Amino acid sequence: MTRKQRRLAMIGAAGGVLSLALGLVLFALSDQIVFFYTPSDIAQKGVQPGTRVRLGGLVADGSVHRGDGGKVSFEVTDTASAIEVTYTGILPDLFREGQGVVAEGVVGADGAFRADSVLAKHDENYMPREVADALKKQGHWMEKSAQ
Amino acid sequence: MTGAFPVAELGHFALVLALALSLIQSSVPLWGARSGDARLMGVAPATATAGFLYVALAFAALTAAHLQSDFSVQNVWENSHSAKPLLYKITGVWGNHEGSMLLWVLILTLFGALVARFGRNLPDSLRATVLAVQGWIGSAFLLFILLTSNPFARLDPAPLEGRDLNPLLQDVGLAVHPPLLYLGYVGFSIAFSFALAALIDGRIDAAWARWVRPWTLAAWTFLTLGIAMGSYWAYYELGWGGWWFWDPVENASFMPWLAGTALLHSALVMEKRGALKIWTVLLAILTFSLSLIGTFLVRSGVLTSVHAFATDPTRGVFILGILVLFIGGGLSLFAWRAPTLKQGGLFAPISREGALVFNNLFLVAATAAVFVGTLYPLALEGLTGKKISVGAPFFDLTFGPLMIPVLLAVPFGPLLAWKRGDLAAAAQRLGVAMAASVAGVLAVLLLSGSHAALPALGIGLGLWLIAGAFSELAERTRLFRLPIAASAARLAGLPRSAFGTALAHAGLGVTLIGIVATSAFQSELITEVQPGDRVEVGEYGLTYVGTAPMTGPNYRAEVAHFRVDRDGVGIGTVTPSKRIYTVRQMPTTEAAIETYGLSQLYVSLGDRSERGLVLRAYYKPFVTLIWLGAVVMAAGGAASLSDRRLRIGAPRRAASRTTDPVPA
Repeated sequence: MTRKQRRLAMIGAAGGVLSLALGLVLFALSDQIVFFYTPSDIAQKGVQPGTRVRLGGLVADGSVHRGDGGKVSFEVTDTASAIEVTYTGILPDLFREGQGVVAEGVVGADGAFRADSVLAKHDENYMPREVADALKKQGHWMEKSAQ
Repeated sequence: MTGAFPVAELGHFALVLALALSLIQSSVPLWGARSGDARLMGVAPATATAGFLYVALAFAALTAAHLQSDFSVQNVWENSHSAKPLLYKITGVWGNHEGSMLLWVLILTLFGALVARFGRNLPDSLRATVLAVQGWIGSAFLLFILLTSNPFARLDPAPLEGRDLNPLLQDVGLAVHPPLLYLGYVGFSIAFSFALAALIDGRIDAAWARWVRPWTLAAWTFLTLGIAMGSYWAYYELGWGGWWFWDPVENASFMPWLAGTALLHSALVMEKRGALKIWTVLLAILTFSLSLIGTFLVRSGVLTSVHAFATDPTRGVFILGILVLFIGGGLSLFAWRAPTLKQGGLFAPISREGALVFNNLFLVAATAAVFVGTLYPLALEGLTGKKISVGAPFFDLTFGPLMIPVLLAVPFGPLLAWKRGDLAAAAQRLGVAMAASVAGVLAVLLLSGSHAALPALGIGLGLWLIAGAFSELAERTRLFRLPIAASAARLAGLPRSAFGTALAHAGLGVTLIGIVATSAFQSELITEVQPGDRVEVGEYGLTYVGTAPMTGPNYRAEVAHFRVDRDGVGIGTVTPSKRIYTVRQMPTTEAAIETYGLSQLYVSLGDRSERGLVLRAYYKPFVTLIWLGAVVMAAGGAASLSDRRLRIGAPRRAASRTTDPVPA
């Protein structure tokens, strides 16, 4: 092979690998990403049953019920709408009524949300960003003072 | 403590002096290098060393303030408490935004001082230019600290008690994780400075690669350990048994690792064969750029996670400015000057060089995939306001397929000759490795049935890597073809870098086996227990004895006691607990982890329900291999680093190429 042919082969290989990467990324982005919704979004626009979504808001006061075998149900609210969430497993340490939460899962045909993961804030200063934004939208957000 | 020595002011003053020195280091030596003035160039090592000492003094001052629990210093008040254990008073120094930036700069100036100390045999102008570029980075980050993140700000009146450190960070793992990580990705700044210096000089040769490689190798070794440590910390501290979440903060450290791995390999080609010069310079710029992007992601507060201690937009904008300046500046300089660098070294596609190019192509593509997955959600939200999350499925689908070709190819690389290799001959030499791999696949299939086809292939790939790595050593020692004693003599005569390569590649296989085995074969149990109940997870039984309260120095805890048995035979107890840190009223879960051989039993507690205590238990087979593999990789890095040829400061521009016996 001449120098030129070798260079062409190299560029071809690089192009091939990069287009493979690009193809994989585009395919994954079209298929594997999860959108974030607030209870109001779901109430207004609706979500195709079976689509994976992230749902964020506050855990409604008095809504947490613990069943057998680690089954839990609670309502997530952004103060305008609320949606029922069911979950099986151990809730995070900082899961509490009145606190911010993000649940990932699917909306069933009955309108209830089946979560397979529940994330709560990490410490007392931190509210999941999506939740804070959603609450700001509803006008129910108070900036925490620096204490 | 207000009447005591004004240690915070001393620290602040030292930082200002360090900035002044850093500005001199940024400019004077560069002028000296342009005008060929040896005295001006000589300023570089002196300022680099002094700058490091002043930053070290500032760091010591902050540490002293933390040790004395001087709550008139805001940083101490926000992150410490008089009842906090001594160890966490020390590690708390970098367990917060301001302190961790100070650690960042401390390590940056440390590397500068090391180049000054060990770079005596670098050409004067190259050393001066490299240190000047280091000075630019140092100045930018010192300015950032002094203007937006001053760790020495005072409070008046001084509070009586501090607010304590985030309990998740009160942990030994966190004591070592950030320093290791920073040694890694700040260490890549040296490669960046060398790259920029080469571009400014317009001169680059194999000796350049020989100087850059030890620094890159050292940084890579620390980064490997740092990432593994962070992963193990998340595993035991967050209480849900996961060891990698594809969280943007993890990706922030993983991207420089991937790019740095590519850089190590391309610098090898450049050192031995003088090829891939321009590509290596570009990779050096990109690797440190990814480190800067990582710093931006973690330190600016654009992400919300446990690492984003502070959310202050002025900081974000400032770091973004630094990012644009250095990445933009570096790439512009590259675009302008790279065409003047001479390319060299011809090679056939099937050759050692070809294999390393293959490695580079896929590693860079994989880095790009991780980059997109990490930054796309931020970009999309910034541009359209839509919020998405990109999780493990995305990375499994993109990163996974891009890594498989590299992993398959790894054992071939060292067996191919430079310039023109023989693929069939290499494959023949890998016969034993192939047999080991196939045997592994069959063994897994026999033990767990045909539904385990994918995990079996994964474990086979891991064995292929391990056996392949040692095939090269076997080949070079003519194992079983010469008498054992002769082979042993040859083994002792091999350069340490040969062991380094074998260990690093084998470590990759070890980690892979750990990942596959844990993901595919772990057992998980979530249930409620009453005292006296016995539950089973994997081959182990857990009998709940009861719960007892306990008081720690700055927390209260409920400790649950479980007896562990295997097939009914008692083998010990585990005591997972829930803690409440009294100052922040923050609960944490302390998982109990018992190691049996290479596998672990992981027990953590949930809330109390009407039916008892909620228990989550995992049996994680071979999980420790994930981190052991990383330690083996790092050992490989260290072995290579100790090779005489690579020892820092050893290379000389005029030195003749060492005669490295190429496997025939």
